[in-house]
Amino acid sequence: MMGSENPGFEESHLSASREEMENLVLNDPLTTTTATTTNNSYSSFRSANSSISDAATRHPLSPPVLSTPAESDPLLSPPVFRNPNASDNNSYIEPPSYADVIFSPFDDNSANEINRVDSTSHDLDSSLTLSRSSSSTSDYIKITVSNPKKEQETTNSLVPGGNTYYTYLITTRTNIVDFGSSEFSVRRRFRDVVTLSDRLAESYRGYFIPPRPDKNVVESQVMQKQEFVEQRRVALEKYLRRLVEHPVIRQSDELKVFLQVEGRLTLSMSTDVASRMLDGAVKLPKQLFGESTAVMAPHEVVQPAKGGRDLLRLFKELRQSVANDWGGSKPPVVEEDKVFLEKKEWIHDLEQQISNNSQQAESLVKAQQDMGETMGELGLAFIKLTKFENEEAMYNSQRVRAADMKCLATAAVKASRFYRELNAQTVKHLDTLHEYLGLMLAVHGAFSDRSSALLTVQTLLSELSTLHARAEKLEAASSKIFGGDKSRIHKIEELKETIRVTEDAKNVAIREYERIKENNKCELERLDKERRVDFLNMLKGFVVNQVGYAEKISDVWAKVAEETSGYAKDSC
Amino acid sequence: MEQQRSLSGSSQSPRSPSSQPYLSVSVTDPVKLGNGVQAYISYRVITKTNFPEYQGPEKIVIRRYSDFIWLRDRLFEKYKGIFIPPLPEKSAVEKFRFSAEFIEMRRQALDIFVNRIASHNLLQQSEDLRTFLQADEETMERLRSHETGIFKKKPADLMQMFKDVQSKVSDVVLGKEKPVEESNPEYEKLKQYVFELENHLAEAQKHAYRLVKRHRELGQSLSDFGKAAKLLGACEGQVLGKAFSDLGAKSEALSAKLQKEAHQLLMSFEEPLKDYVRAVQSIKATIGERANAFRQQCELAETMKLKEINLDKLMLTRSDRVGEAEHEYKELKAASEEATRRFETIVQLMNEEIVRFQEQKTQDMGIAFHEFAKGQARLANSVADAWRSLLPKLEACSSV
Repeated sequence: MMGSENPGFEESHLSASREEMENLVLNDPLTTTTATTTNNSYSSFRSANSSISDAATRHPLSPPVLSTPAESDPLLSPPVFRNPNASDNNSYIEPPSYADVIFSPFDDNSANEINRVDSTSHDLDSSLTLSRSSSSTSDYIKITVSNPKKEQETTNSLVPGGNTYYTYLITTRTNIVDFGSSEFSVRRRFRDVVTLSDRLAESYRGYFIPPRPDKNVVESQVMQKQEFVEQRRVALEKYLRRLVEHPVIRQSDELKVFLQVEGRLTLSMSTDVASRMLDGAVKLPKQLFGESTAVMAPHEVVQPAKGGRDLLRLFKELRQSVANDWGGSKPPVVEEDKVFLEKKEWIHDLEQQISNNSQQAESLVKAQQDMGETMGELGLAFIKLTKFENEEAMYNSQRVRAADMKCLATAAVKASRFYRELNAQTVKHLDTLHEYLGLMLAVHGAFSDRSSALLTVQTLLSELSTLHARAEKLEAASSKIFGGDKSRIHKIEELKETIRVTEDAKNVAIREYERIKENNKCELERLDKERRVDFLNMLKGFVVNQVGYAEKISDVWAKVAEETSGYAKDSC
Repeated sequence: MEQQRSLSGSSQSPRSPSSQPYLSVSVTDPVKLGNGVQAYISYRVITKTNFPEYQGPEKIVIRRYSDFIWLRDRLFEKYKGIFIPPLPEKSAVEKFRFSAEFIEMRRQALDIFVNRIASHNLLQQSEDLRTFLQADEETMERLRSHETGIFKKKPADLMQMFKDVQSKVSDVVLGKEKPVEESNPEYEKLKQYVFELENHLAEAQKHAYRLVKRHRELGQSLSDFGKAAKLLGACEGQVLGKAFSDLGAKSEALSAKLQKEAHQLLMSFEEPLKDYVRAVQSIKATIGERANAFRQQCELAETMKLKEINLDKLMLTRSDRVGEAEHEYKELKAASEEATRRFETIVQLMNEEIVRFQEQKTQDMGIAFHEFAKGQARLANSVADAWRSLLPKLEACSSV
């Protein structure tokens, strides 16, 4: 794991030798600079994300990071040659430059952080950025996923040699009392995560539950095992961290068990859809032949029909939804909340825009990276020229030119590095867009919880009216027979019983529906509040980053312009 | 109308008082003429001079690209040993041929070309230059079409002898041996230098061109990003929406700056590099000429020796062919001396030219680097200023 290069980009060899050349250039005693250890070029937005944590873990191979206090870095000192058009000097807040205060180059963060750089810069940012909630400073919970290990499946081993799977060490540090301890770890496999996610979906209907990482079956065949495991580790960490960020879910028992209790994760109900379907298939004949109650038990009503055992219920609700869509009559109860409907449409539009921005952000990142790369290549080409001219020099004019070229080349290489650092930060900031796209999935989930709950209510109401109608008919028919119709009376009583149970179920369903509606409402408010904060922070981070690096790049070139200003005087 | 004379590094100052001799030229006003496949660009060439050989203090003529080629070819033939200033290439892609950028690049290069000739102390004396700068269009067209690429000289007797000698000697004396080369270690080193230099420069120029492209691409992506941000701002509305809209607007503004800088980069950095490459190629052509001259000198010297031996033989036998042979020998001797003289002239000129070339290139590159650095600094400043202006607004948003 340590020191593995980011497999996401293709030109690792090229960048390795280019890296050596750049180091030669920058470490040359004739050029004043600080050694930087960034060596990652990011080929894409997403692979950049995983490589950020990569960069942090590769420290054994890289030279020790020199911190860059503002006063020792010649690049950050007040520039000698300044564009006369720049009215205010560097800063928005007076010296030290705003940029220096707010952000430090990429590598400083990596020295302090074990895994994601995100958290450190979050701390760095927190003093100047908005915090999500007022209580964020007191509650603290931090999850780390690390140390993937290959393990053997001991039971159910049909294949000789056995099934292997990976487990990950999940470490939690917290000061929340509910957890009972301040630091603890468990080993979990991906299957447990799926279970957790399913349980949460059942218990927290109507909430915007962060979506879990994909199972990625196909990709796992294509990728190298190491890559895949690392990618999954990162994804798991992100997921768990998002879960604990959610004010409601962080308090859930399911999560607590997941984080603390070692061993196979079995939380309440049964596990996979398949066995549920099997159960349902067993039940169906009985239901059809009237041997078991063809009725939804109240406790089942609080779960959606889909994915559940009760196939008959599934059929009924399906029929209802078709009736809703195609039937002439209006369903018994509909989504009336105009505010909600408007909000839903607006969320749809928002999602489009976020997706669009996310795409453009990716293009921007690529363009910035290409710029940095080409700048670096230009610099190296001139370094070669410099060497060549110096070696072959027969005239002094050649040496002068070689010196000029070197000046330019060094600046180009420095600028190239700045572009790449800028990009790494840009990726981090604009990643917020990507996060929110993931959140949109959660929103969809919550909205569909609502509509399936509504569907259940509608189905039950239809059912009830059918049952009532049937009861009336029976009563009418039996009243015509003098002395009563024993069989019919018996049926009527059975029917009345069914009606009673269904009434209870209906009430429970309505309560559930209302509850989900309320959850939706709260979550939408939370989304609005948090999104405002997150997006503003993203914008600020992005802008500060751009300003800071633009200033650095400008200084680099201003120096060259000054050193070559002699030529300018000659020309008219 | 930037006069590029100063790039030549010669001592002549263009704006000096009229007592000092001066010759300054500008190539301006590209105009598309003709239709369809026959279409071409014509340029206005304005000459200002006080040289006595010229018709007057100012002259304006209309010239096209092939006229410049004629001039270059004539100078190349007449002034062997001098590094003739390079011309921009013939255009490759049809579509590109009349794009504004290409036309401007070519005009600039042509202007530099003529001015370098005008400020070279030997080349500026050229009669062909005078023709080029002063002749009317009909004359020019006649001259131009007379040239069919290969320079046609009226074979003087000496010349004829050269040509005859070449084929005879190469068959008999040299046979299958490889062509004769100078055994001058310093010159060898120079040749090696020139060939390698071309490779290095070509690579640098390639990256410079790519850098121009990157600027354009970054500009484009900033524009797209800005548009997307504005749309998101419209969707978000309120304070946050305004922040996105402002960001989007700035992003689009920066996009324009990047496109502008890309153009600057092309004209002030990439073109000079390309020009450098062309100049080296011109030197290679001169190296070729020197090799030719050296070979001719060798061949004639050999032939002359043979003829001398033959003559001695004939004199011994008191043959009646002695007179004829003596006459031939005298002619050959003259030709041989002429060839030697030519070769030595080339060598001497080249030595001077190399010094001047190195100095000129240091100047040219110095300016190019300066412009490049200035441009990059200017761009980075714009970027910083634009984004910085958003910060107060963003701060205000947070406190709402």
